[in-house]
Amino acid sequence: MTGEVVTKTSETKRSSPSEDSPCEVQLSRRAFVQVVGAGLLITVTEGISFGQRRGSRGVRNVAARLHVNQDGTITVMTGKVEEGQGSRAQLTQAAAEELRVGVAKINLVMADTALVPDDGMTAGSRTTPSTVPAVRQGAAAARELLTRLAAQQWSVDPGALEVRDGTITHKASGKIVRYAQLVQSPEIVEAFQRSSPAEIPLTPASEWGVMGTSVPRPNLRDLVTGAHRYPSDIARPGMLYGKVLRPPAYGARLESIDLSPAEAMEDVVVVREGEFVGFAAPTTFRADEALRAVSETATWSTVSQPSSDELFSHLKQHARSGRPSTRGSLERALADADKVLGATYEVAYVQHAPMEPRAATAEWKDGRLTVWAGIDYPQRIQGDLARALGVPAEQVRVIVPDMGGGFGGKHTGEAAEEAARLAKAAGRPVAVHWTRAEEFTWAYFRPAALIECRGALDREGSLVAWDFTNINAGGAAIDTPYNTANTRILSAGSDSPLRQGAYRCLAATANNFARESFMDELAAAAQSDPLAFRLAHLENPRIRTVLEVAARHFDWPARQKKVTPELGVGLACGTEKNSVVAACVEVGIDRARGEIRVCEVCEAFECGPIQNPANLVSQVQGCIIMGMGPALREAMQFRDGRIRNASFATYRVPRFEDVPKIDVHLVDNPDIPSAGAGETPIIAIAPAIANAVFAATGLRIRSMPIRLPGTNPA
Amino acid sequence: MDVTVKLTVNGQQKAITTDPRRSLLDVLREDLGLTGPKYACGEGRCGACSVLMDGKRVLSCVTPVSKADNTTIVTIEGLAKDGSLHPVQEAFLEEGAAQCGYCTGGMILTAVALLQENPHPTDRDIAEGMNGNICRCNGYPKIHGAIRRAAEKTKR
Repeated sequence: MTGEVVTKTSETKRSSPSEDSPCEVQLSRRAFVQVVGAGLLITVTEGISFGQRRGSRGVRNVAARLHVNQDGTITVMTGKVEEGQGSRAQLTQAAAEELRVGVAKINLVMADTALVPDDGMTAGSRTTPSTVPAVRQGAAAARELLTRLAAQQWSVDPGALEVRDGTITHKASGKIVRYAQLVQSPEIVEAFQRSSPAEIPLTPASEWGVMGTSVPRPNLRDLVTGAHRYPSDIARPGMLYGKVLRPPAYGARLESIDLSPAEAMEDVVVVREGEFVGFAAPTTFRADEALRAVSETATWSTVSQPSSDELFSHLKQHARSGRPSTRGSLERALADADKVLGATYEVAYVQHAPMEPRAATAEWKDGRLTVWAGIDYPQRIQGDLARALGVPAEQVRVIVPDMGGGFGGKHTGEAAEEAARLAKAAGRPVAVHWTRAEEFTWAYFRPAALIECRGALDREGSLVAWDFTNINAGGAAIDTPYNTANTRILSAGSDSPLRQGAYRCLAATANNFARESFMDELAAAAQSDPLAFRLAHLENPRIRTVLEVAARHFDWPARQKKVTPELGVGLACGTEKNSVVAACVEVGIDRARGEIRVCEVCEAFECGPIQNPANLVSQVQGCIIMGMGPALREAMQFRDGRIRNASFATYRVPRFEDVPKIDVHLVDNPDIPSAGAGETPIIAIAPAIANAVFAATGLRIRSMPIRLPGTNPA
Repeated sequence: MDVTVKLTVNGQQKAITTDPRRSLLDVLREDLGLTGPKYACGEGRCGACSVLMDGKRVLSCVTPVSKADNTTIVTIEGLAKDGSLHPVQEAFLEEGAAQCGYCTGGMILTAVALLQENPHPTDRDIAEGMNGNICRCNGYPKIHGAIRRAAEKTKR
């Protein structure tokens, strides 16, 4: 066995059962857990991984989740990653709350397969509803076991003890003991290793002291000083920088290549394994020189690829049939209706474009692989790397340093695998940092959507039929929250010309764009106010609340009266991932320049009890502005299998000058469990903008990005 | 042909012999281990690579290292003096003006340069002066708030 991994805050002083240093490397899994359970040491022999236990529910004992150090700090372990969404602060708060300690006492170890349990992928807004409760349960169980032990030692009733700041007190006798003292007891070692006591009640939201407050990101200082090391900042002794040959177009196959120009470069390692061709050199510049020298010699076979100009006809043509979910009798309702409307909406492909492109550093030592990478699921990438490199998963360790953004775009570990291949061949650590052009071209995209809607009104202007088909993008938030007796709803697959995958809130943005735009069309057909029309068909009390809150703060009725051909207002609402959102916006229209400018956004959001108000505001603001990108400008342009706007110069993301006046209203709802909040606030902005454009101009723009007719892509 | 570039980085004199076509960003990161400046676009369009060269903000990803000869460079690592943060860093900390934080160093250095030229910027001045810096978490409101806060600090 090779060396140990000791986290920087852990104590290295040991008590039994492992007294001697040499014993560490021979610990059995059980012995290892016992040592961790003692709370005195995090020492892992490589190859032992908690990561093989899947899902938060796999964490059955306290030892796998946390341990109490001798200095009174508590190390908490989670498989979740921090990528800017605030999970580090939130999970720290969760542990501190149930352990009754301040956040400064918690050291959160995230996303290291050698140390942390498998908490699932960081995706789908699942940290709040799944991982926060799992961490709280582990922390509450630790507190309970420590309290029970103190009670036992003092022969008093545990209910008579008070726990505060990591200290257990028996007031009647004046007895006091700290967690750090108790964890020296062999009994607690054993108790931490046994299955956690079932159903320790969690602190109710009304009694939260740490949760519910605006705890800043624990490593924020390292971000403002430049001290934090992101995945692309990891450097190892003797490390080389890697570059990988990319095909000139999607679907292109390598026919021939002359590697000799690169092989002639003394300081360059050249690797070819099938179609994988890569280079490692002492600098990025040198690796790139090797790449360019060889690229010129490559010949490729290409296949015909659809272009963005024919995207929607392509999706329509290749739409697969599926089984819709239905209610009532759609066709009869359409036949009997007073008015029937139909419309088709389009949503372009977009990229996540996180500030940090894919990056990884790989290091091999004695047949074992360690990879630092910017990815969303360390345990999955551990398995992927093991398969790709032909080593057992136990010999692969994946570490995810807090990374530079993801937004659903880093579920895959391409750079990790490339770095591992190159490092293996080079016999030295290798870093692979994707360029912006690579990230734009070879990372997966948010799916494009073609959405076909039909709706019908009766004589009173009530919605009686709703027919909604999303082709290609998926079924997130596809169900309508509006009362309609007769519905037909379908998510149909198609042939996606681009590699597609997750993105902040998945298809909910596309589905909400179409639904909320179409609801506006129906409201207009019913000669009804868009707010009144929605409320008349909306039972969900949570959506009603945020809609009313947003409309009130925006002063909707008065603002509507001020609409001119140059100034429009619009609203939209929706629900996804058990949170609810509504937005009112004002847009300015510059017809001469063909520009739509968002002047003001008033958004209300509710996700249950608020766990960290400041972070929640950041998430909502971020969603609003991020959502304005695909709403107004962002769209992948492609032809002949090539992305034509693979740069920030040609793919315009929101910038400072685009930021409107933003008014965020958080609605606290303590009566339900907290839902995740990093995604859903994005779904209302695009349709609210489209509806505001309609209010000003009478033009119904049924595509994202929303552009005035006759204007060119930005 | 390699050349030797002499420069002062965060108060230390350095002489680097390297290919003059390499970017200042690559040399800072790969040769000097200063990873505060970030790669994000490679074409000077996002500001993540910002450093101060002789007090002025430059985009190190599009600055050949040869252009840095005989200059004084400050990266985000060198902005704090003797362990005490620069007022702009303090303001970012107080405002919680970072989400993923990858753009933060570039934002701070750009703001430092902006406030040196214009110590009392209007909101419009801040938006214009910072428009070359992208934050994909779209944390612009708090970044804007931090810069305003920093301006107010120095006013006092």
